[in-house]
Amino acid sequence: MSNFLVISIIIIYLAVIFYVAYWAEKNSKSGWVNNPYVYTLSLAVYCTAWTYYGSVGLAATSGIKFLAIYVGPVIIIPTWMLLMKKIIRISKGNKISSLADFISLRYGNDRFLGALVTLVCVLAIVPYISLQLKAISETFNVITNHTIVVNSIIKDTTFYIAILLAVFAAFFGTQHTDASERHKGIITAVALESIIKLLFFVIIGVYVTFYLFNGPGDIYQQASTLPNFKEQQSLNGLEGGFNWFLLSIVSMIAIMLLPRQFQVSVVENEREKYLKKATWLFPLYLLLFNVFVIFIAWGGNIIFQNQQVEADLFTLMLPLQQGNDFLAILVFLGGFSAAISMVVISTLALSTMLSNNLIIPYGFLSKFSKGESEKNTESIKNIRRISIFSLIIVAYFFYKFFTLDRSLVSIGLISFVLIAQLAPSFFGGLFWRRGSAIGAKFGILVGFLVTVYTLVIPFTIDSQEIASSFVSDGLFGFSFLKPYNLFGMQIFEPVPHAFFWSIFFNVITYSLLSVNIIGSSRERNFAEMFVDSSKYASLYENAFVWKGEAYVKDIRKVLTRFLGDKRTERALNLFYMKYNINKKDQFADARLVNFSEKLLTGSIGSASARILISSVVKEEEISLQEVLKILDETQKAKESNKALKEKDKQKDEFLDTVAHELKTPITSIRALSEILLDDAKIDHEVKNKFLTSILSESERVSRLINNILDLEKLATGKEKLELKENSIQETISKSINSVQQLAIKKQVKINIEGINDANLIYDEDRIQQVIINLLSNAIKFSNEEVGSVSVYTFQNENNIEISVEDNGKGISKDELGSIFNKFYQSKNQTILKPVGSGLGLAISKQIIESHNGKIWAENIRPTGARLTFILPLNNK
Amino acid sequence: MKKILIVDDEPNIVMSLEYIFKKENFEVFIARDGSEAIEIAEDNLPDIILLDIMMPNVDGYQVLKHLKKNPKLDNIKVLFLSAKNKVSDIELGLQLGADKYISKPFSTKKLVKEVKELLK
Repeated sequence: MSNFLVISIIIIYLAVIFYVAYWAEKNSKSGWVNNPYVYTLSLAVYCTAWTYYGSVGLAATSGIKFLAIYVGPVIIIPTWMLLMKKIIRISKGNKISSLADFISLRYGNDRFLGALVTLVCVLAIVPYISLQLKAISETFNVITNHTIVVNSIIKDTTFYIAILLAVFAAFFGTQHTDASERHKGIITAVALESIIKLLFFVIIGVYVTFYLFNGPGDIYQQASTLPNFKEQQSLNGLEGGFNWFLLSIVSMIAIMLLPRQFQVSVVENEREKYLKKATWLFPLYLLLFNVFVIFIAWGGNIIFQNQQVEADLFTLMLPLQQGNDFLAILVFLGGFSAAISMVVISTLALSTMLSNNLIIPYGFLSKFSKGESEKNTESIKNIRRISIFSLIIVAYFFYKFFTLDRSLVSIGLISFVLIAQLAPSFFGGLFWRRGSAIGAKFGILVGFLVTVYTLVIPFTIDSQEIASSFVSDGLFGFSFLKPYNLFGMQIFEPVPHAFFWSIFFNVITYSLLSVNIIGSSRERNFAEMFVDSSKYASLYENAFVWKGEAYVKDIRKVLTRFLGDKRTERALNLFYMKYNINKKDQFADARLVNFSEKLLTGSIGSASARILISSVVKEEEISLQEVLKILDETQKAKESNKALKEKDKQKDEFLDTVAHELKTPITSIRALSEILLDDAKIDHEVKNKFLTSILSESERVSRLINNILDLEKLATGKEKLELKENSIQETISKSINSVQQLAIKKQVKINIEGINDANLIYDEDRIQQVIINLLSNAIKFSNEEVGSVSVYTFQNENNIEISVEDNGKGISKDELGSIFNKFYQSKNQTILKPVGSGLGLAISKQIIESHNGKIWAENIRPTGARLTFILPLNNK
Repeated sequence: MKKILIVDDEPNIVMSLEYIFKKENFEVFIARDGSEAIEIAEDNLPDIILLDIMMPNVDGYQVLKHLKKNPKLDNIKVLFLSAKNKVSDIELGLQLGADKYISKPFSTKKLVKEVKELLK
């Protein structure tokens, strides 16, 4: 294919991507931009050109080893609903914009730690970016000249592509000064690219599987006759299993801690609930990708079996060899999109770290603290833009001047292992209160050095073909210092080996130092907030404990330098409103100090924010005990406040219902009286009927009032129970006598066969009231044709149980829980309004509870309801 | 003769309203709950409905919503007659499309006057 054609296609493609990003930035509220699918697809930035070409290469030469890189994420992602939710909550709550910021804040805004994390990330990721550029360049050359020969810089298309990518990242990545804001343009473009790369990969996969071969069975058949097939497609016993296992762990860490992954999954997360979709959709995405990796690899092995074709390029060479230029250009574009999304997100993430955690806190703070707000924000943006350009250019030269001939996978894995050094401090910080800054710093350093010794140096020696006996004989000829077999460890391949030792020393250092050296109170304060994030999340600014002296005026000045007058004013107004603070207060409290730190964190990183704010406040050291005590008290105050409000609400509701219940009979009384008063010639019989109704409604009012007073007296304990020894049988008989009239009127039979007698101490009038209430309810709800009600008692060691059953319809499930509520009236009685006040059972419950008993309701078979209460035999 | 539908679950209130409107020469229909009210409204197409709000199962708001959905019923005048008299309750009732809201206890004379007014 001609250079011109391919370049034109690249330009058109980039123009589309730029346009999509531009559109998304302009329509940042659109549903097309804000949805769980875009979020999930952006996570797929995990699949780089490495997946496109390197995985196939690895699968072709070492079989299923490549799968470990994708199995890890699939295993860890289901835990995201909890784990990632916690990380996202903490990050959003503190305006965290990068991994470095996260770790530095957790360990008390530690400036050095933030810088260290940044350096590790840059060193790990820049070669990885180089690799993407290399992939673009090689595939470009393959598709245009069918060779991998590299051109000089001026003639190298990749150089110009790299510059274009830098422009893209710099333009869309620095729209806001606050780096914790979301970059919707870039993310939408990346999501689109994730669709493109998967789609094109599946197309080539289907092409190889079903067009070049006759389906998966055919490929397998042919591949299995190749030499080495068996060894390739198995794990190589226990040793291979260990290697595989360690690689999956590395990739589990990578899917969370690679700077680009942290960027898309945490910083760019718009809503927590998007995680729900991602937990199944993203593994599905990876699965689709990987199914065809195997077939393409096998297909390549078969077709190119006696030719010198690099396995890394199978994906592209297969269609080219068949003369199918159209498919080849699809593959090229798919790989291209995978590469550029990785480059853009990685440089965006790294540039934020570089500016907020290294350059600003170490170089620009004093300048910024004197500068004007507009100048400052422009400088911050410029620092990030320059970082983006430098990163891409350094990556380009790295690729240009180092022979990156080793397979794509190796460099990718080295960067995974380097990034994994952040895992102990990161996850330790999330779950272990004692994890301290000093432990984190030395842990990362030690882990990093071990990785350099066991992986980076020997790998460089090998790949650059430097003559040295270091790899074969060990440092100074000591064989236990052999970089690939440290301390005689033989079972691991280089990458898992390096991972094993580096993480081993990293964890040991981190935990030993953390246990033995106690961190500052500030550190411990943040440790509490991170580890117990759900407990302190509702405290917001209160969760950070601070004591000292500060003036609002000074803090405002600092804020203005970065946010400008308008934004500072707006932010502070919101703050004052939220906490109901008088604007004229001169002194700042802990909340304002913390709030201001957070405001600045997004723009200049947590460490700088802390340094700037503490430069204008006088802080007092407080002990950890004090920190914990204050946190606990705020938490409690908040809870009791909530409980009080809930009580208030209940009281309001109660009064509302009382008013409503009183108005109803009064309405009848008023209407009927008015009729009687106005209509002199009213029929005698009607007049009598109306007057009787007025009487019964008046009785209803007084009964209601009595019941309410009763309930109130019982609830507040104002009424003393008249406790005496009584016979329960007698009490039941008395109760039955008083409802006998009602039962006869409704033709309901009352059975009293199962009554045992017992003497115990209770207030007879009150218990009688309960039994009468239960009996009259039972009579009311019993079967309309053959009504029957039964009373039983049952005695055991500690208490006596009294049940009243009816043979009515029973109580519907959703009512069972609420019938003891005040003013609850059953929905089953629609035809005639019952005479009850809706308070009977509420009062019964109150009476039984003041006797230390219990009352409940249940349904019985075949039909009916049973209400039971128990009274303790030894009531004191 | 104008038709009026009285919807309330309190027998004594129903009794008084029935008496009053029969005397005013209305044809009176009675429903004891929301679902009965909808049935009777569909069968008899009353000119006006006096509607209680707090009723078991289907409450007055739901009845009104149902009426407003049906083009055959949506021009029946609806007068809420309820013991709920918070501003928010009244606003909700009127928002749903009620023509008048009278709180309980009410004056019978005023009620009759309002009903006649609405039917003019």
